[in-house]
Amino acid sequence: MSGLAARVAAPDHRRDRQAEPFLRIEHVSHRFGGFVALDDVSLSIERGEFFALLGGSGSGKSTLLRILAGLLEPDAGRVVLDGQDMAGVPAHARPVNMMFQSYALFPHMSVAQNIGFGLRMEGAPKALIRERVAEMLALVRMEGLGERRPAALSGGQRARIALARALAKRPKLLLLDEPLSALDKNLREEMQFELQGIQDRTGTTFVIVTHDQEEAMTMATRLAVMERGRLVQVGTPGEVYEYPNSRFVAEFLGTANILEGVVESSGPDGARIGCADLGLAILYDAPAPKPAGSRVFVALRPERLAIARAAAEEPRVGENRLSGRVRDIAYFGDFFMYHVALEGGRTIRVSQPNLRRITGRPVDWEDAVVVSWDRQAAMVLPE
Amino acid sequence: MSGGPGRALVLALPAAWMLLFFAAPFAIVLSIGFAEPAEGIPPFTPPWRVGEDGAIALRPNLANFALLLEDPFYAEAALRSLRVAAISATLCLLIGYPMALAIARAPEGWRNTLLMLVVLPFWTSFLLRVTAWIGLLQDQGWINGALLGVGLIEAPLTLLYTDLAMYLGITYCYLPFMVLPLYAALSKLDPALLDAASDLGARPWRAFLHVTLPLSLPGVVAGFLLVFIPAVGEFVIPELLGGPGAQLIGRVLWTEFFQNRDWPLASALAVVLLLVLVVPIAAFQSRAARDAPR
Repeated sequence: MSGLAARVAAPDHRRDRQAEPFLRIEHVSHRFGGFVALDDVSLSIERGEFFALLGGSGSGKSTLLRILAGLLEPDAGRVVLDGQDMAGVPAHARPVNMMFQSYALFPHMSVAQNIGFGLRMEGAPKALIRERVAEMLALVRMEGLGERRPAALSGGQRARIALARALAKRPKLLLLDEPLSALDKNLREEMQFELQGIQDRTGTTFVIVTHDQEEAMTMATRLAVMERGRLVQVGTPGEVYEYPNSRFVAEFLGTANILEGVVESSGPDGARIGCADLGLAILYDAPAPKPAGSRVFVALRPERLAIARAAAEEPRVGENRLSGRVRDIAYFGDFFMYHVALEGGRTIRVSQPNLRRITGRPVDWEDAVVVSWDRQAAMVLPE
Repeated sequence: MSGGPGRALVLALPAAWMLLFFAAPFAIVLSIGFAEPAEGIPPFTPPWRVGEDGAIALRPNLANFALLLEDPFYAEAALRSLRVAAISATLCLLIGYPMALAIARAPEGWRNTLLMLVVLPFWTSFLLRVTAWIGLLQDQGWINGALLGVGLIEAPLTLLYTDLAMYLGITYCYLPFMVLPLYAALSKLDPALLDAASDLGARPWRAFLHVTLPLSLPGVVAGFLLVFIPAVGEFVIPELLGGPGAQLIGRVLWTEFFQNRDWPLASALAVVLLLVLVVPIAAFQSRAARDAPR
């Protein structure tokens, strides 16, 4: 894995591997009644990272976030932040703040009182609170709205105030619980860039929980994919997207066609995986993660596949080629997604960018087509 | 929603209700307040005369209202009633708030059961419940019996027919009226707000003071008024449990109506009492509505 990962640029903060990580999560488990929310999770996060916990509902990502905030005590394991064991430290005493999914702005307080609440609880002098509130309002570009009530703000404005409030105490660690899920698509994209900008400027370590893979991919320096209380893969967005370690990750992050095959040969120059039921051989440009003779899953991303009308003289099926018939074409505006039915009933998805405005499609409904790809396209999954 | 016959009906129903059961009776009582007492049935002469030409001439008798202002007896009784009501409402608040908070924070499956338990006493007659307190509080009652039995006291304590017994009775009877609006306000509270307060460094009691309490104020006001207003005119509980010294306004009203048969004076008293209660409360409500723009 590490040899493959080296091809994807590793971020700077991972260079210093000797240093104690800024945030260390060790063997944390938690259950609600009979439901295992977190199952022996261990994770290290460096100072200044923008780390995303990505998973579906019930994957345990929010539970982990609440444990980091101190709102929940784990059943087992511990959390060490900046060298300090957080066991027994209640939420109100942690140098950690959270931006809540519902924003949880205090409806009976003005925007300025909301932002200053944390400092007020600390007993900070009034002058400092006023100064910090102004600074935070400027940071989230909301100057002049300090006297408003949260009810008088738009969704995007509320998100900004919630962020400003969570940053006002200059926490060591900022937790963001699905911070943008309530916003519409355009505003969400704008806020994604803004969050990144603010993280850059403040240098705060961010841990964000999201179910939106795009959000995690665009914002995070590293991400962890969670499933049923476990971390299934941790890496940079590039590593996880290009080298998913399981069928679940390949399908959760992006789209993937999963084929099953047997490793026929594997060496430093590449591997050959046979899929007997399709009459197909997949050529791969790296050694297979399992020895010859093992069964493996191969993931093929739709955007790495080429589709063309079948010509009579060409072989229909063979090395890195499949043939079938177009069953469906989904138009997304910026690309087309072809659903190609293979002989034997399986369907494979192929996407083609919508490069220029055309009236007639080169490949149309019910066409017999050949789907092909090159040696770098396939991903042989270790699990 | 468009204004149609449905909308008119929805508005007309409460309006008709108010007219029939509040405005009309109030007008009758008000008119009796301006009448002159007389021997007979009803025991007053109306404050108008129908002339020979059929014209109605108003002849209001202001003596009743004048007497209420002149004789300090009535003002004292009213003030004492307001004080008793305020103390009772405060006691209900102090007991009811923790109860409502506990119910609102109980596991979801428990809340309805607990609310049921709060309302359960209403299933028996009010009079029966107050009378039951006599059995508990009297010299040979259960409380004295238990204290004597344990040996904590040598002679029975005088509990019945005291202010203590009266406050006990009023607080006990009106507690549900405090708990229900408080629960309604507290259960609406988003638990994420308390998480946020805690996350921002507020210890639990400060989170309560800065978040829970201010956000539950509408419930506090509603509960306080629901206890305070009926407690001002409360007649039965002070009569059955309270001491003889406390002349409360409810008692005075009863005496004027049924013992003295002075309906005009009693009506005038009822009108004044209503105004004393409604005017400040209405002023407070309209201010609160103005201060909380949505």
